[in-house]
Amino acid sequence: MVQVQRSTVLDAPLEAVWEVLRDFNGHDRWHPAVTTSRLEDGRRSDQVGTVRDFRLTGGERVREQLLSLSDRDHRFRYAIVESDLPLNDYFAEVALKPVTDGNRTFWSWTSRFRPPPGRERELTQLVAEGIYAAGFAAVRALVERRAAARPPSRPAVTPGAAAEGALPGEAVIIERHGGPDQLRLVPVQALRPGPGEARLRQTAIGVNFIDVYCRTGTFDLLQPPGVPGMEAAGIVLDLGPGVRHLRDGQRVAYACPPVGAYATVRTMKADLLVPLPDSVSDEVAAAILLKGMAAEFLLHRVHKLQPGETVLVYAPAGGVGRLLCQWASHLGARVIGATSSPEKAAAARAAGAHDVILPGPDSLEDQVKALTGGRGADVIFDAVGRDSFAHSVKALADCGHLVSYGQASGAIGSWDIGSLASNSATVSRPAFGHYTDTPEKVAAITRRLFQALADGVVTAEVGQRFPLAEAAEAHRALESRRTLGSTILLPGGR
Amino acid sequence: MAEVYTSSVIAAPADRVWARIRDFNGLPNWHPLITESLIEAAAPADQVGCVRAFRLKDGGFIREKLLALSDYDFSCTYTILESPMGVENYVATLKLTPVTDGDRSFAEWSASFDCAPERETELIANIGDNVFQGGFEALKRLFGD
Repeated sequence: MVQVQRSTVLDAPLEAVWEVLRDFNGHDRWHPAVTTSRLEDGRRSDQVGTVRDFRLTGGERVREQLLSLSDRDHRFRYAIVESDLPLNDYFAEVALKPVTDGNRTFWSWTSRFRPPPGRERELTQLVAEGIYAAGFAAVRALVERRAAARPPSRPAVTPGAAAEGALPGEAVIIERHGGPDQLRLVPVQALRPGPGEARLRQTAIGVNFIDVYCRTGTFDLLQPPGVPGMEAAGIVLDLGPGVRHLRDGQRVAYACPPVGAYATVRTMKADLLVPLPDSVSDEVAAAILLKGMAAEFLLHRVHKLQPGETVLVYAPAGGVGRLLCQWASHLGARVIGATSSPEKAAAARAAGAHDVILPGPDSLEDQVKALTGGRGADVIFDAVGRDSFAHSVKALADCGHLVSYGQASGAIGSWDIGSLASNSATVSRPAFGHYTDTPEKVAAITRRLFQALADGVVTAEVGQRFPLAEAAEAHRALESRRTLGSTILLPGGR
Repeated sequence: MAEVYTSSVIAAPADRVWARIRDFNGLPNWHPLITESLIEAAAPADQVGCVRAFRLKDGGFIREKLLALSDYDFSCTYTILESPMGVENYVATLKLTPVTDGDRSFAEWSASFDCAPERETELIANIGDNVFQGGFEALKRLFGD
């Protein structure tokens, strides 16, 4: 008999964690190792005795029975009744306890089982890391993002409910995931800033496609009711204790989670705010900060671009793609854009692409090889994902670098790493958060971005301006591909 | 029956924190409210059933009896025999659980007791905030949180 004990602390209230874990059949929605799960015999997920029948990513089938469930102790116990893995006599317990010091949650996950002789280590490792630790990480990402995504200032339900020192304003909220009609302007309050916080009056708000994914629920960054938006500029109204890098009246901007930017006023962590130089207007900051920061770390950190390298940029007329073309050509690289129409090809050339390839009888990789004397691209920036990945690998020069920074066409899925040996490829999968999660990193990235803006290396194009109240119209325009350049919302009207 | 529950996270492995708090006679070594302590009848401090008599910084005198001690669970349960607090049937447990993710400890301190109904709110706040959370704050400082 072996025992496995794993525990962690989540920075979210117990109720929020319990809401996720209590659903015995909900693990396929959050656990990375579980692909599909269903309950047998039409029973409910909180019916003691129910059996969940699920599959792991390796294809193994497991059936587990709920033995006890307690909403008082925030605990459930279950056992494996049938499994393709030899976790014999497996019995497990999940229990939550409140950390009253900080409104956090202690989560313990324990089990015992009888592995076949010789497989103790392997199976203990699988359960402890592949199931428990991986589950911790997934639920942490879910609930901590949800906690962060709660509107910083909830809609004022009753006139008498104003908190002391709260500043009234307006925000666009979504009550439930859905279409653009879900975006509604409501009165809110920005609370007086606490330790480490700043309160802003916002002047320009960036609209990004990720906001649409938040609204529809495709990305789990916003749990309704909540305020979408991750990018804005504004003026510091006041600061909480301990904030040293800002002062009242300063012009600032931000481009990061948590969501909540679609508002006239906002109280948020001061560490997330970047002071704006005079050379960058509020509208330009709201239009370029998120995309520009991405372009900066892609070209300077993920891949340190060298003069003379050949770069392939997908969607070169799009938000990040256009900036990559501008910046990479300035850095002395040879830029090839891969796009879908003659109009976009013209826009890519205007942004600095030396060559543009369009879909045709020849494959993307053949066209890239033809343009490079058979060599291929030294680095490829690919945010298309599923539909492009295989072509990108083939279009790489030997020892080339494929930077996969998005998946607009869908998840890339599993890849045999061995196949990368065909050209000694390096693959990176950067995420915005890891390059922008400390004030120091953000300061370094924005310093270079603002300099590039000041030097005219990269340019912001504000294509559309909407009043904040017409956020729904802005989303419709974005989703119907009617926009050109960046779209911003103006809290003060058009 | 009133109940108090306070919990925190200490930035050190449970066995290290336990080594600090296991001594039933050791409150003055880490708890900011307590000045001096002795074990009655010269008993060992880890003898279940022993009684500690200690003084608070505000002068109050308290006697508590060790009901259970577990090096396996990192837990200690005790009852108040005599105190100025005006509580009866007071039983408290201090317990540590390892947080395997990051070498930290989850610390719980809970109590149940009887008292005059009008004093219940005040006593719960005093015990929870000053005695329990105050102790956790001291441990967090001690272990570099």
